[in-house]
Amino acid sequence: MTAQSLSPSVKHPAISARSLYRRALMDAFVKLNPRWMARNPVMFVVEVGSALTTFLWLQALLGNGEAATGFIGWVATWLWFTVLFANFSEALAEGRGKAQAEALRRTRQETQAKRVQVEGQRSTGDHAQPTHLQPAPYELVSSAALRRGDTVLVEAGDIIAADGEVVEGIASVDESAVTGESAPVIRESGGDRSAVTGGTRVLSDWLVVRVTADPGEGFLDRMIGLIEGAKRQKTPNEIALNILLAAFTIIFLVVCMTLLPFSLYSVDAAGQGMPVTITVLVALLVCLIPTTIGGLLSAIGISGMDRMIRRNVIAMSGRAVEAAGDVDVLLLDKTGTITLGNRQAVAFIPVGQGDARALAEAAQLSSLADETPEGRSIVVLAKELYGLRGRTVGAGPDAPEGMHFIPFTAQTRMSGVDLDGMSIRKGAPDTMLAYMQSRNGHTPSDLSALVDDIARTGGTPLVVARNGEALGVIHLKDIVKGGIKERFAQLRRIGIKTVMITGDNPLTAAAIAAEAGVDDFLAQATPEAKLRLIREYQAGGRLVAMTGDGTNDAPALAQADVAVAMNTGTQPAREAANMIDLDSNPTKLIEIVEIGKQLLMTRGALTTFSIANDVSKYFAIIPAAFASTYPALGALNFMRLATPASAILSAVIFNALVIVALIPLALRGVRYRPAPAAQLLRDNLLIYGLGGLIAPFAGIKLIDMLLTLLKLA
Amino acid sequence: MSASSWLQLALYPVILLLLVRPLGAYMARVYTGERTFLHPVLAPVEQLFYRAAGVNSNAEMGWQGYALAVLAFNLLGWGVVYILQRIQGFLPLNPQGFGAVTPDSSFNTAASFITNTNWQGYGGESTMSTMTQMLALTVQNFVSAATGMAVLVALARGFMRRSARTIGNFWIDLTRGTLYILLPLAFVLSLLLVSQGVVQTFGSYQATPLVQPTVDADGQAVTQQMLAVGPAASQIAIKQLGTNGGGFFNANSAHPFENPTPLSNLLEMLAIMLIPAALCYTFGKMIGDTRQGWSILAAMTILFVLILGLAVWAEQQGNPALAAFGVDQAASSVQPGGNMEGKEARFGIANSALWATATTAASNGSVNAMHDSLTPLGGLAAMWLIQLGEVVYGGVGSGLYGMLAFVIVAVFVAGLMVGRTPEYLGKKIEAYEMKMAALVILLPPMLVLLGTALAVLSPAGRAGILNPGPHGFSEVLYAFSSAGNNNGSAFAGLSANTPFYNLALGVVMLVARYWLIIPTLAIAGSVVAKKHVPAGAGTLPTTTPLFVGWLIAIVITVGALSFLPALALGPVVEQLMMGM
Repeated sequence: MTAQSLSPSVKHPAISARSLYRRALMDAFVKLNPRWMARNPVMFVVEVGSALTTFLWLQALLGNGEAATGFIGWVATWLWFTVLFANFSEALAEGRGKAQAEALRRTRQETQAKRVQVEGQRSTGDHAQPTHLQPAPYELVSSAALRRGDTVLVEAGDIIAADGEVVEGIASVDESAVTGESAPVIRESGGDRSAVTGGTRVLSDWLVVRVTADPGEGFLDRMIGLIEGAKRQKTPNEIALNILLAAFTIIFLVVCMTLLPFSLYSVDAAGQGMPVTITVLVALLVCLIPTTIGGLLSAIGISGMDRMIRRNVIAMSGRAVEAAGDVDVLLLDKTGTITLGNRQAVAFIPVGQGDARALAEAAQLSSLADETPEGRSIVVLAKELYGLRGRTVGAGPDAPEGMHFIPFTAQTRMSGVDLDGMSIRKGAPDTMLAYMQSRNGHTPSDLSALVDDIARTGGTPLVVARNGEALGVIHLKDIVKGGIKERFAQLRRIGIKTVMITGDNPLTAAAIAAEAGVDDFLAQATPEAKLRLIREYQAGGRLVAMTGDGTNDAPALAQADVAVAMNTGTQPAREAANMIDLDSNPTKLIEIVEIGKQLLMTRGALTTFSIANDVSKYFAIIPAAFASTYPALGALNFMRLATPASAILSAVIFNALVIVALIPLALRGVRYRPAPAAQLLRDNLLIYGLGGLIAPFAGIKLIDMLLTLLKLA
Repeated sequence: MSASSWLQLALYPVILLLLVRPLGAYMARVYTGERTFLHPVLAPVEQLFYRAAGVNSNAEMGWQGYALAVLAFNLLGWGVVYILQRIQGFLPLNPQGFGAVTPDSSFNTAASFITNTNWQGYGGESTMSTMTQMLALTVQNFVSAATGMAVLVALARGFMRRSARTIGNFWIDLTRGTLYILLPLAFVLSLLLVSQGVVQTFGSYQATPLVQPTVDADGQAVTQQMLAVGPAASQIAIKQLGTNGGGFFNANSAHPFENPTPLSNLLEMLAIMLIPAALCYTFGKMIGDTRQGWSILAAMTILFVLILGLAVWAEQQGNPALAAFGVDQAASSVQPGGNMEGKEARFGIANSALWATATTAASNGSVNAMHDSLTPLGGLAAMWLIQLGEVVYGGVGSGLYGMLAFVIVAVFVAGLMVGRTPEYLGKKIEAYEMKMAALVILLPPMLVLLGTALAVLSPAGRAGILNPGPHGFSEVLYAFSSAGNNNGSAFAGLSANTPFYNLALGVVMLVARYWLIIPTLAIAGSVVAKKHVPAGAGTLPTTTPLFVGWLIAIVITVGALSFLPALALGPVVEQLMMGM
């Protein structure tokens, strides 16, 4: 165990390494309870073996021993150690999560909530306006009394009592309890930053929040449950591996059981020696059954979840982590993942004889209530270029007299304003063309050339029209993130296809796709198109991963095999996903895939290692077990182990110690680098297969030399 | 060893591999229902069978239906073989007037022939009437082989089809396998064998004057001997082709009437491996990727050649105990050298070791030398090939479907090591497939070990052991290995025609056959319903030399880990005690 991997991540509540060990050690004994052990067939067999040899040792103490008392005692001791080491690994893996869950629970103490009575029913959060008045009067209730649909007021310094959606106000919120990130985040009504989590604290200003989760069902509660592993169920792959391990265990059980009659017959046939003892058979059995992987299996699974948590991703199930390793198609949103932040307006280009200033004015007017970064960048550009001052206005019923804002929706794909009998619209070219066709039946001839010019360069054209007449085009530009192209090339090497999802038109999308080096793109993506694309890939047998944050992502998230929602995302998106990224970093999908692969690889590597180990143990134990019957078998003892007793004990001790030695590997996972499957297999076979074959010969010989030196056997 | 020996050893696999592709492709056409050059003649016959049996040739079966048909058909076969043995005294074609076979021997023989094991607790020419040999045994030689092939093609369909429910129709697969594959091949081989002098007659046994008259135990002069004859060539052809192995004569293919010439010896050896090897190609062809078939065949061939090397080396080394007496066992121009005990001088070391390896690699069980007289390590080679689960070529059909269970395990562990939940041929390998594959792999070693333990513990079992010491243990271990993997060859040296062995081995044979067929079909039924995952750079390639090596490692590891202790107490210690 390196100090590095044990030290808790900076972002998370500190857990002292010593207390972690102490508790894991205690838990290792608690887990000896046979009812708990029975969940793991391999280790259960070891426990039964330990009990049996302990009984034989007691019998030997009373003078009826089948072998030397000391020998039986040592075998029994090391068998118990084998069980304890396995339990310790599991407890250690769980411990980290438990400590974290406790820290979370401390922030979860009951709080007082200010419940507001809402008069009438405000339609939806999206259109709610911050009132200029102070919020309505409230009553103080316990957070436990809050129910779905209640509305609460949270003011500076208050803890948000339950998960919910902001319906009014804007505030900075300290979410470090959940994300570990100390920098406050902005939460506001409308848009994709409206979700708040119970247990976080408002630092400034105020929010009115509609509660979306009943007590005990909130995000933090679920997170605590998941981290603690209370709800941990075996994943499908873990079950399949367990079946394989159980099969090996049964084979070896039969091998060892039948060895007694074989030995009895051999003693008869050879006319010399003693039949093999139960102690030796139990020792042989424990050495042969795959205890290394059997003992570390659950630690591997738990630490896989833990690795996600340390990267600030909460996986809703182990199954999701496992599926992440299988993903072969990544759907990535262009914005924020492939391109830097948001598109910025860089130019106003009028059509025909139009005036750039008039275009800028119209564009600005239509964008005043548009709170998207693009909309804001239009207002900013208009101000920079033409000194047009943006007026602070709101949308909806509170808009200034005579102004009526049309919000952008995924269906209309247009936004704008109606003002003084004038209607200004802006939107994607194809939508706008259709709109203008329907209004007055014609479009300027040079518009499409202009639009294509911008699109070809990877820019996004936004057509502005007044009363159905085109004024010109706003040029929005994307900037592709540095290093992302190399990342995609890496993914291609490991067989993962990347698909860029964008609302842009096909030309724009193609230009950016080419620049970023993605394999494919979906342009003009509507929620339906996304869902259809995912289903198409899945019908072709592919496993699809995607990230999303908006409410309109929810259906696609629910359909995807691995769905990562941004923590800043809306409540429906977070509920549809099977993972939540607390950092809200869309690029993290790539890391999630790697963690999933690493988890599976660790299982495979340790299984191979465990089975490969058996060869050497046979060479240690078989000649020793039948030394008295067939001394000729001593030829197989080419390790030249000192005595039969030391040979058997060395194998048992090695078998126990190798579990301890591999705990760090189980918790950390085997090293993963992006490479084609054939290469990964070769490398892992070389390390864990061949290594597993050779290492125990050296290890057993070394232990045997030590035992001889210490005169223990 | 002489150059000619080396040449014969090398020639064998080459000829075999040359035959794989044409026969494999032909069998794929037969099972996928495409027309072949035999269709003009055989198609009307095939249709006639379906009409007579009321089989709807368009209906397909799910895996349970298929399994039920397999079991029903085999149960019926068992009944027929049992009853024919019991009433053969009242039936015609019984030139020697043999009476009923004992109930326990009849049970054992019926179980043995329906399971494609062909363990023979009896002596053919002194027990079975011609009628029984033909109607009971030869018929089962055909249909037990066709059953194994049918189960394999059902499994192939499981991997071939996508999101489907059915895996074929057993009655059609059984009929086609027998009619288009086994009968024509057996017909051609019978004629070739007759041309070499293998007997084929309905006549009674022949009395021949002895060249050198002798006296019997009572001092009576013996001047003539009875030569057993019968319709041997036709039975021998199918016993070799169908990996059956049950000879017409007790001495099996060491008998000059079964195997008279070097050419007949080569033909019979080729026939042992022919269909099991070619089925690999058929499998690849059916699933649409012949490289998959070749890579499995490569794994089998490498295992075969390695163990053949051990057997030939062990036999050529000779007997260290004799060497201690200064006996010259070196190969020279005047003698083949090596361990010639129990071998036909006609065949020598190379051809005896080659046959012993081939017959145990494929689950044939016919012999041309006494396996009991092999050196301990030579015997170990033969025994271990059986214990590997009869997957090195193995029985017709059963060898490949057994190997595919190993492939599933290999793919599972290797798949994890490349960071994906495992898949084979585009089908995800999940808990259910793992459970069934584990059963297929788990069961035979358990049967062998538990059976051997029972035999060496019980007085009835011990009574049959003729040789003292580790060799006696090897004999029992070999018998149960042979039955528990449906091989059928015997180490001999064990009085196995006793109620204990007849019953114990009979039960083991039945369990080993059908408790493997059911999970195999269950895998077929499970994977056939799955979607196909297209291969990509992240997919574990199953056609690379690395994977072939990994598959070999898995087969050897499971085989070695299961049997190393038992082998240590048998052949290994015997060899060590003789002095290496």
